[in-house]
Amino acid sequence: MKVTLTVWRQAGPAAQGRFETYELDEVSEDMSFLELFDVLNERLIAKGEEPVAFDHDCREGICGSCSMMIDGRPHGPELGTATCQLHMRKFADGAKITVEPWRAGAFPLVRDLVVDRSAFDRIVESGGYITAPTGSAPDGNLILIPKAVADSAMDAAACIGCGACVAACPNSAANLFTAAKVMHLNLLPQGQPERWERVTNMVDTMEQFFGSCTNHGECEAACPKEISIDFIALMNRDYIKAQFKQRRLASQRG
Amino acid sequence: MTKVDEAPKARLEKPAHPVPKEARTRPFIVEFYGSAIAKKWLMAITGIMLMGFVFAHMVGNLKVYLGADDLNHYGEWLREMGEPIFPRTVLLWIMRIGLIGAFAVHIVSAAQLTRMNRKARPDKYESPRDYAAANFASRTMRWTGVIVGLFVIFHLLDLTWGATGADWTRGEVYENLVASFQRVPVAIVYILANIALGIHLYHGGWSMFQSLGWNNRKFNDWRRLFAIGFAAIIVVGNVSIPLLVVTGVVD
Ligand code: FES
Repeated sequence: MKVTLTVWRQAGPAAQGRFETYELDEVSEDMSFLELFDVLNERLIAKGEEPVAFDHDCREGICGSCSMMIDGRPHGPELGTATCQLHMRKFADGAKITVEPWRAGAFPLVRDLVVDRSAFDRIVESGGYITAPTGSAPDGNLILIPKAVADSAMDAAACIGCGACVAACPNSAANLFTAAKVMHLNLLPQGQPERWERVTNMVDTMEQFFGSCTNHGECEAACPKEISIDFIALMNRDYIKAQFKQRRLASQRG
Repeated sequence: MTKVDEAPKARLEKPAHPVPKEARTRPFIVEFYGSAIAKKWLMAITGIMLMGFVFAHMVGNLKVYLGADDLNHYGEWLREMGEPIFPRTVLLWIMRIGLIGAFAVHIVSAAQLTRMNRKARPDKYESPRDYAAANFASRTMRWTGVIVGLFVIFHLLDLTWGATGADWTRGEVYENLVASFQRVPVAIVYILANIALGIHLYHGGWSMFQSLGWNNRKFNDWRRLFAIGFAAIIVVGNVSIPLLVVTGVVD
């Protein structure tokens, strides 16, 4: 098949960016979208041109490195897939595809399609941990967790931190990412001791970088792991509770 | 080969350990209001207050269909409400002050969050976005909000202060309303403003559940139905009055 790629090229953070158009033929429909870029880059290198810089690592939808805005949607038109899991068979022969980097103040552009997502690391550092005793491994199933809780925490933990939620959000809000990271631990018994500190610190850190949620739901639609905005509501609930909570009574039930 | 510039790292460096909230010295309310999630929570609470008002206001005004006596008597009752504990109009004023406060918090929070959100994306997308979930209502909340706000001022000038040029006498609610709505442009303003209000409620009536953290899979589907139902009732009830007056059905 044949495709026309319009790709954002920018030599560095301060450089002037522009769209560049490339025609590619003999594209296999079994290629992933990243392999399309590999082919493009090999041709560019052969011509002595600068290859397109883009983030990628696992190429199986688990690392969260790949990050492309494809035809106005993060990770492209397929639901529940990362860019690396998008295949060319999803596009029509002769398709014109526009690719641009994530755009958010907190994700400064490094080069071409690569942005710096370390603001996410700042959020996780501020509360994405639990206190666990060191020493020998505890017995399995020592802490009983209801099935529904385990499932829900696992749904939140599926977040790969790719930043599609921020890229998709008209407000550049990171509430879906932060909610997934907060609720993954706040739902589980092991996360309870730091529950109120965690949600407060992670939300406050998030708000230093990102916009605010207006409940459009774009993040949920863009998320390659289909994480639900239910978690945003649960995070909001925990955040507001945390502000009113007397911390020294935090161990009391009810 | 062009050289890769240094990434602007400085913008991303923040203290690794945030100061715990307990250790901060600002008063609770300032600290609380400083958060965007708290602002959204306040917008939901004030939104519920304003929805309660809009609903009661509509129910009261539908008395126009019972005739001049009923509506004017209801207008008079609003002033007497709470007597004899409260002197005449005092309870009405307490409610008005509460409403003005709710309006102020709702609008100021929205304005501050809008600024925050604009700043969060200094470089816009260069290619057109293809929205998957955001709808017309959610995308236009700021505009429908501004339209409703301006309309409230016009509405007060029109029927509370009698300042838009129609025949107006204090206390003659029915006569004032009919005289004002018989002017076609005024009727159109009322109808369009209430449609804008309906669009605002379609998103707000759903969104408030998320902002308040009221999320439970048992009733999540009902949240959208509530928003649609509430918006529809308000639009039908409020639009019917100027529409029936301007078409001469009510006079
Ligand atoms: S490359 Fe790892 S998720 Fe796409």
